Amino acid sequence: MTELDSEPVLEVRDLHTHFFLRRGVVKAVDGVSFSLHKGEVLGLVGESGCGKSMTALSVMRLLPKGSARTVQGRVLLHGEDILTRSPREMREIRGSQISMILQDPQTSLNPVFTVGEQLREAIFHRTHGRNKDVMREAIEALRRVDIAAPEQRIGQFPHQMSGGMKQRVVGAIVMSGQPGVLIADEPTTALDVTIQLQYLKLLQRLQRETGMAILFITHDFGVVARMCDRVAVMYAGRIVECGTVEQVFENPSHPYTRALIASVPKMTGPIERLYTIEGQPPSLMDLPVGCRFAPRCPHAEQRCHDIYPPAFAVETGHDAHCWMLEAE
Amino acid sequence: MKRYIVHRLLQGVVLLCLVGTIVFFLGRLTGNPVDLMLPEDATPEDRVSMIKALGLDGPLYRQFFIFVGNALHGDLGMSIRMRQPATEAFFSRLPNTLAIIPWSILLAMGVGIPLGVIAALNRGNVLDRAAGTVAVLGVATPGFFLGILLIFVFSVELGWLPSGRMGGPEHYVLPVITLGAFLVAGFMRLVRSSMLEVMESEFVKLARIKGLSEWVVIWKHCLRNALIPVLTLWGVFVGNLITGAIITETVFAWPGVGRLTYEAVIFRDFPLLQAIIILKSILILSINLLVDILYAYVDPRIRLT
Ligand SMILES: Nc1ncnc2c1ncn2[C@@H]1O[C@H](COP(=O)(O)OP(=O)(O)OP(=O)(O)O)[C@@H](O)[C@H]1O
Ligand SMILES: [Mg+2]
Repeated sequence: MTELDSEPVLEVRDLHTHFFLRRGVVKAVDGVSFSLHKGEVLGLVGESGCGKSMTALSVMRLLPKGSARTVQGRVLLHGEDILTRSPREMREIRGSQISMILQDPQTSLNPVFTVGEQLREAIFHRTHGRNKDVMREAIEALRRVDIAAPEQRIGQFPHQMSGGMKQRVVGAIVMSGQPGVLIADEPTTALDVTIQLQYLKLLQRLQRETGMAILFITHDFGVVARMCDRVAVMYAGRIVECGTVEQVFENPSHPYTRALIASVPKMTGPIERLYTIEGQPPSLMDLPVGCRFAPRCPHAEQRCHDIYPPAFAVETGHDAHCWMLEAE
Repeated sequence: MKRYIVHRLLQGVVLLCLVGTIVFFLGRLTGNPVDLMLPEDATPEDRVSMIKALGLDGPLYRQFFIFVGNALHGDLGMSIRMRQPATEAFFSRLPNTLAIIPWSILLAMGVGIPLGVIAALNRGNVLDRAAGTVAVLGVATPGFFLGILLIFVFSVELGWLPSGRMGGPEHYVLPVITLGAFLVAGFMRLVRSSMLEVMESEFVKLARIKGLSEWVVIWKHCLRNALIPVLTLWGVFVGNLITGAIITETVFAWPGVGRLTYEAVIFRDFPLLQAIIILKSILILSINLLVDILYAYVDPRIRLT
């Protein structure tokens, strides 16, 4: 499924997004680079607060107004930098070339409009078609995300639906413009376990049908194994390791990745004590100059504290930012 | 829905009974009104005959039952000054007040809502502060001052508009502005704060993800949600509206219920005042019920049960 040789559809280079607050600058995203290829699902994993959502919102250019700003970096969509686009051009791009599913389906839909209206609006915005055609397309869109009796559902308000169904409606809305790139920001975190699996399968099916590329944000390695082709591991505003799912699972090369994988409860074998990482991630207002994981790392040496490690190739298509890899 | 309305109506009746009782006893607590109404040189015989005429003889509870009995028949007593049933006086004046209130509310919403949205969109900068200043002026300028100022400028100095009394459309302009000014600030501040809250919502983010224009995002997705608290806090405006109407109608010699209230107080026409309070309560209760029904329409999550 992966086409690593093909041109990336989305390429993020050295992205820095900071919050400018009265008490200081929060470096939520501080030098993130990755690329997403056609038809590929790339997982972005990391602990809560490491900057996954802010990376996504920077790409969409939907950062909270006033406080947050992307101060450096490039976001190339089909080779063109969208950070330099005008707000108007950006609106044309959103929804039709790049789209996003938000974390919480309970709050993602506007409570005062019917789901039909919210879907109609998205479709009409692009097609300016006649109302009848738009409505037919809206019903079709709901059918595609496995909503039974879409003709009835279309007249309902969000509060009349379950969480899983709402998240499918959100999916129908954001994918109605057939975007080539979809960002899914923890789309199943707020759902019941049984519904989670259903939703993941739905996303997988839609991905195969449309061939869109997905940036799949999660903190769950189990979900990564199920959904993704490649995975990028993020820690304190930066990506520390990136490779195919097999590579990273079989040969995790950054101590943080290893710790993360070790902390996933195993389904097989006796129940062991869960591995947890000692210490806290650094404050994003006061980041260390060297490796950000060094204060928590069991292998840290002086150099780790002094100089940020560059990317070292572990194998083809797999690299990690850790000084331990230099010798090899 | 039907059950809800019936329930609310019953609630309203209970409330009205309470209001009626309080009004009745308050009226008696403030002393015998006869003393206030009689001229200085009245004889004791005058006094007795007046007490009889007003039904003020007999024990208090009997008076109360008579009052309740009459009230149930729609008779809220005679206005002392106007020598006319109080309800009749009220309802003959009501249309004049109703003739300005809707325009004032429309004006206040037409100015206050956009000001609130603009203030929220420009949070913290010059436009926000300018809108805030307008709002503060609206609250801080006493109504009679604004009314008199308007009369001075537009009637006395420029001679463009009449200074008072009812008449053609030009008579409405200044009273409507004066009464509207009472409400603008309330609308503005409420809309501003609820817009600020709504604009942070995830569904607003989703609207932008769809690629919708800022105009649609703000004036459709945000405003519709931001107006919900404005409706909920309708009660706050009713208070402003009543004070506003009394002051406006007094300044502009507008023959509505506001001015009638003022006159009833000034001339100590206690049966009239009593009737006005009860009738206004009925009006407010009905308006509140209407607003709640409207509220359920605006916010589909509310089910009236
Ligand atoms: N509105 C804000 N004001 C200030 N700082 C913020 C704000 N939103 C986020 N941050 C900071 O940005 C950092 C990254 O936040 P982000 O939402 O991207 O985390 P995340 O990786 O998506 O976490 P989660 O898994 O909890 O969603 C956080 O640690 C937080 O300190
Ligand atoms: Mg997040």
